[in-house]
Amino acid sequence: MWEKIWRGSLAPLIAAAAAIIISSITLIISGNDPIEAFREMWKTIDSTQSVVLIVNTAVPYYIAGVAAAIGFKMNLFNIGTNGQYLLAALVAGWAGAEVSLPPVIHVAFVFLVAITVGGCWALIAGILNVTRNVNVVVSTIMLNYIGIGLSAFLLSEVFRDEVNGGLVAQTKKMPESARLPALNPLFELFGFHFGSNVELFGFLPFAILLGIAYYVLLNRSLFGYELRLSGMNPDAALSAGVNPKRMVLITLFMSGAVAGMIGLPFLMSDPSFLKYGDAFPTMIGFTGLGIALLGRNHPVGIGAAAIVWAMIERATQRLGPLGIPPEIGKILQGSFLLAAVIAYEVVRRRNDAAAVAAAAAATRDEKPPPPTPQMAPIGATS
Amino acid sequence: MSDDGDATPTDRQPSGAPIAIQLTDIVKRFPGVVANDGVNLTVRAGSVHAIVGENGAGKSTLMKTLYGAHKPDEGTISVNGRVEVFSSPKDAIAEGIGMVFQAFMLAANLTVWENIVLGDEPGSAFSLNIGKARSRITELGARYGLDVDPDALISDLGVGDKQRVEILKVLYRGAKILILDEPTAVLVPQEVDALFESLRELTTEGATIIFISHKLDEVLKHADAITVIRQGRTVGEIDDPSAVTSHELAEMMVGSELPTPETRDSTVTDIPVLELRNLTVANGDAGARKMLDDITFTVHRGEIVGIAGVEGNGQSELVKAIVGLDRSTGTILLDGLDIARLSTRERRDAGIGYIAEDRHKDGLVMPFALWENAALGHQHRAPYGRGPWLNVAGARTQTEAIVEEFDVRTPGINVPAFTLSGGNQQKLVVGREMTADPKVLVAAHPTRGVDVGAQAVIWDILRDARAAGLGTILVSADLEELIGLSDRLLVMLRGQVVAEVDPASVTPAELGSYMTGAKAGAA
Repeated sequence: MWEKIWRGSLAPLIAAAAAIIISSITLIISGNDPIEAFREMWKTIDSTQSVVLIVNTAVPYYIAGVAAAIGFKMNLFNIGTNGQYLLAALVAGWAGAEVSLPPVIHVAFVFLVAITVGGCWALIAGILNVTRNVNVVVSTIMLNYIGIGLSAFLLSEVFRDEVNGGLVAQTKKMPESARLPALNPLFELFGFHFGSNVELFGFLPFAILLGIAYYVLLNRSLFGYELRLSGMNPDAALSAGVNPKRMVLITLFMSGAVAGMIGLPFLMSDPSFLKYGDAFPTMIGFTGLGIALLGRNHPVGIGAAAIVWAMIERATQRLGPLGIPPEIGKILQGSFLLAAVIAYEVVRRRNDAAAVAAAAAATRDEKPPPPTPQMAPIGATS
Repeated sequence: MSDDGDATPTDRQPSGAPIAIQLTDIVKRFPGVVANDGVNLTVRAGSVHAIVGENGAGKSTLMKTLYGAHKPDEGTISVNGRVEVFSSPKDAIAEGIGMVFQAFMLAANLTVWENIVLGDEPGSAFSLNIGKARSRITELGARYGLDVDPDALISDLGVGDKQRVEILKVLYRGAKILILDEPTAVLVPQEVDALFESLRELTTEGATIIFISHKLDEVLKHADAITVIRQGRTVGEIDDPSAVTSHELAEMMVGSELPTPETRDSTVTDIPVLELRNLTVANGDAGARKMLDDITFTVHRGEIVGIAGVEGNGQSELVKAIVGLDRSTGTILLDGLDIARLSTRERRDAGIGYIAEDRHKDGLVMPFALWENAALGHQHRAPYGRGPWLNVAGARTQTEAIVEEFDVRTPGINVPAFTLSGGNQQKLVVGREMTADPKVLVAAHPTRGVDVGAQAVIWDILRDARAAGLGTILVSADLEELIGLSDRLLVMLRGQVVAEVDPASVTPAELGSYMTGAKAGAA
């Protein structure tokens, strides 16, 4: 157990060290003191308040990571999670504010709308793929722009809240029954006090449930088995009687449905939003692609990656006034991701070679040479 | 060694030319397969040298070694008397060795000259010297009798012309030693003659030609010398092809020291279990000849029907049509039930077992654990699946049983499939299909690339299943295997069954002549 955890974390730790070295060099070249910068960054995140804010930021990243990972597991690159979640958040935000339902049912209703819209938007790319053989990467990227444009149009022309003369392009605020209460009181029961000025968003348990559901679906259901099978060896999947078109459609729908939930923490938990508007964050889908990669499509790994991502963002927020360029955060994230992908591959090859040698030794067979196994899907563990 | 310019006396035979290529004891292993296990090859300069062997004998691996696509694990390569180590095809081309691939590697939307210079463009980094490129190509073409219009689009060319472009491409890079991988596989007879005329022309200009083939008649007709490879080893070196017959050559290719899949008492019944009627697979190109043309035959309970044929004559399509991977027309009756319109999954559920011809590509998922691979194709059925869920415990228990019963040598059922040797991988595949208790087994090359021990085990399994009443279609390139195991042998040529022979009386050589169409039989 501990050995497994250690082996899993070795590559990310090496990557983190590489990222810190690369950012330090960048800081030195740009005339800054890296030690001071990292000390300031640590000071920023070293508080209960920061931890809560980091978790709040990480939740939508996590959902975006899982959405991307579902596609990755099948070698199906859903690059369109951005468009899917923006459209889903807009429609769910509007519909949620328009209807009045009892509390729990209202929340379920908003979820259902978001999942349906996100899934259906992704399904367009799936249908284009299975009927017209359109490349999923291309169609999902393109559908991003259509989705963003369509949501801007719908927001200003159809779903705009006309209160105050409709000066600001935004939907109505979500009613109380559609919101998820903050988790502060729950944690206070156990003696954790976050302070009165921060809220731990109530969406967190849903993200954890999503991770568990993702794991169970992938590793314990027939659908998950066939999805991994199709991703690793589509020819073998065909021979095993898996219908590839059906798999493309279902997988894209599921990926899009999960992506549809990316905006929900803002709609249901974040007091500064509770509605869809121009200020709504627009790039979380892309962030999720990197997070899935970093987390190797594993629910726990994605969680760790989302936290690290949010942590770096939080840590660099107060660097500007000190004269240290906050862009160092982007450099940290970028070099971390790149180094991690390289480190994963190096570790994977070493482990594969060791496994081959171990099998050969155990069976006293002639020792086969280092393996050249077929390409595993991006970020897949072996 | 006082004079470097002269060949030493040992390099020459009284009548022979100096040795251009000498491969000594080449060994090349891949995960689970020893592709070359001590191959020797001697090619004299200016000759047309054929390398023959069955599919999977290791010919292509050897050629890849020679042109630098991979390094041999053991053995040496010497070119014109010097020992060389090639790290990449670039090193090989620098020594004048060029490869012409079986599958053309040409950009269809570029012209002939653009394709030829691609990757080796004359001129500077910013300007392409088009005139120079074109004139050199025209000159090369004229010199070697390989006329192609340099400005024609590749997509407008026929197969023969495309091949000439591939050869020109290699010559353009200064190759003096040309390797051609099954150059005639894609050509019609007239083009074959033209090709060998061109190749002969090349040798008079000082080039050396090595070509791979398993068409014995063309080898005997055109080669100056022949090297025969079987199971990764050189088994024959023939300096005078006129001294051998195709019969002798076929025997060398097939060999006879293998554990023989001997014939036993017949278990054939008269109960049909699989009936194919007018099974046809169309070609993607309209008007082209059908991949599978009106196949009708019956497999009975307890019968193994062997399918012989030169690769690419419809055997793969036959297998895929039965399993449901190729779209086909016609009737497939399994125990009286027409399964021709069913999906692959429904057919397998109905009782079709399937051993795919390429376990790496179709039969296994290499990064999957053994127990996940054991579920492959049966994942939705007990004990592997339970409703919408994967029954992990059930799958593991079943895999343990397969490993035990079919002698899969492995440290455990959690290791990924790529850690096993080829023979053990294949035993897992065969065991998986057998434990599903099929009515009919479609086995494509079930012992290809496995060691002799695993081969014997797999043959035993097939025999036992036959005795228990299984109907089997056995496609194989190993004639010994076909003759030994089959109760009945069908020969396929150009998508049709052209002969039915009795394995008890047929010889490999006779079978070979049916396969190449040299001899017509009663279908």
